[in-house]
Amino acid sequence: MADGTSIAASGPLGGQTEKEAFLGFTRPQAIAFLVMVAFVLVSPFFLYPVFLMKILCFALFACAFNLLIGYVGLLSFGHAAYFGMGAYVTGYAAKAWGVPPELAILMGGAIGAALGLPFGWLAIRRAGIYFSMITLALAQMVYFFSLQAPFTGGEDGIQAIPRGTLFGIFDLTADLTMYWLVAAVFLAGFLLIHRIVHSPFGQVMKAIRDNEPRATSLGYRVEQYKLLAFVLSAALAGIAGGTKSLVFNIATLTDVHWTMSGEVVLMSLVGGLGTIFGPVVGAAVIVTMQNYLAEFGAWVLVIQGAIFIACVLAFRRGILGEIAHALRVKL
Amino acid sequence: MEDLLFELQLAMPQVILGVINGAFYALLSLGLAVIFGMLNVINFAHGAQFMMGAFVAWMLLAFLGIGYWPALILAPLIVGLVGVLMERLMISRLYKLDHLYGLLLTFGCALVIEGLFRNNFGSSGQRYTPPREFQALNLEIGDFFLPGYRVWVLIAATAVCLATWLVIEKTKIGSYLRAATERPQLVQAFGINVPLMMTLTYGAGVALAAFAGVLAAPIYSVHPAMGANFIITVFAVVVIGGMGSIAGSIVTGFLLGFLQGVTEVVYPPFSQTVVFVIMAIVLLTRPAGLFGRA
Repeated sequence: MADGTSIAASGPLGGQTEKEAFLGFTRPQAIAFLVMVAFVLVSPFFLYPVFLMKILCFALFACAFNLLIGYVGLLSFGHAAYFGMGAYVTGYAAKAWGVPPELAILMGGAIGAALGLPFGWLAIRRAGIYFSMITLALAQMVYFFSLQAPFTGGEDGIQAIPRGTLFGIFDLTADLTMYWLVAAVFLAGFLLIHRIVHSPFGQVMKAIRDNEPRATSLGYRVEQYKLLAFVLSAALAGIAGGTKSLVFNIATLTDVHWTMSGEVVLMSLVGGLGTIFGPVVGAAVIVTMQNYLAEFGAWVLVIQGAIFIACVLAFRRGILGEIAHALRVKL
Repeated sequence: MEDLLFELQLAMPQVILGVINGAFYALLSLGLAVIFGMLNVINFAHGAQFMMGAFVAWMLLAFLGIGYWPALILAPLIVGLVGVLMERLMISRLYKLDHLYGLLLTFGCALVIEGLFRNNFGSSGQRYTPPREFQALNLEIGDFFLPGYRVWVLIAATAVCLATWLVIEKTKIGSYLRAATERPQLVQAFGINVPLMMTLTYGAGVALAAFAGVLAAPIYSVHPAMGANFIITVFAVVVIGGMGSIAGSIVTGFLLGFLQGVTEVVYPPFSQTVVFVIMAIVLLTRPAGLFGRA
């Protein structure tokens, strides 16, 4: 859909070429990036590190999700599968096998990719709404599997996951040490996504989003591009899930449940689909909201639903999308 | 031979339970197909509306003393009216946009509805006892016993599916509906109020979900998450059937319920995932679905 009604229409300056500041960022993006890095570096000295780590894990998760919807135009409603399985595998490896944390997180990413390959291969056979329903259904299958498989601990989940010692040097039981690992994982993931989006591969991805038949006619094997994007997104979601399980020492069914898939959609939508920084802002907003509303029980669900409705009806660009639109820049 | 008969007798209840599940799949995927055909919206709130149907029936009984039979008519009407409001106030604003927005909006609606019911009624289930007269329908063949209410569910669901099919395929209103699905502008040019039809179609699809909810109330416990668990499986059913045909969605619903029942006999741990595996196989062989058009 190239008529501007598409769910991830290209930004306000879509066609223009922009000057790069550094790392392939345009100037406004470079400023936003520096602000974000400064915030990541300074905030643990003012705010509760565990809360910040939660935000960073979900921000990475949302960025991974946004790679698909924002740049390929595929709305996955089943990203909880890769996030949750990443959490389970990282948690199990760290707890049962005593795998060091850096390796355990990578294993979480590997399982995300390993799941994303067959699931993506199936799901990209259909587009649009069907793609969403297929990813949702496949994720539900993973949920039922997690409910029954012995290693996930069923209803109890995997508890008391040790954070371990990074590279055998840094003891991660201290929250602040763990925070730096999470911050490094997040920034690495964020820059990787930025790199992917701005690579020739990323350009083809966007071409597919904007006009798939045209990309096909130019000789690109559209399926392969979609599949690779899907696997990359699933792998990063797995890394986010694995990191989260180390932070909270726990991996449960909540992580694979469809509400988690909905949450990551909401984060990206609130922040701004198809913007690089939007999912990060969205994750911060939603996690903060959940934090303050935790005592109100099911009202969290109602408010999340209401935000969904408000975003879709009135606020489709999301927070960063609106700011970018107002400033006439790309963020 | 005796052994085989005995085995069959053991298998029967599971298979019939599966077919009853299939009746719900058929009712729900039928409603989804009708709504999608006309509005191009996948109604994520379908499960929540199914749950509302069950809750309205329960509330009618608990607070107003209105019994099962009136509830079977009243609950779909009430929930259908809520659906009409949802369509007029929200969904109708999205027709010009990417269809995915419809999915996101109805997902938000589903969260709001589920959250509100959870606030008011908690997560635990409410019991809804069906009237006694269903005991007359009790089926007993040898050791095999099927409660009368389940026999009724099969009859009622089949009848409503058939009636919906007849209305859409054989009546004048149905022909307008089918025409408007194919070429809305052209139908509107003939002087038919297409936006009104869309509103009523959504209301009718929602009412179907609520009807299924009332039917389900005495079988499953009435609780806020009852619809959400159902609807994802129904999505897989819809992908398997393809949303092209009304009859297709009914047949696929019953068929998958039956297959689920058979799986429950052969290898129980697999019964919850079998629908998704079948979905994968169908996607590999016929991506448009069994009854779908590419």
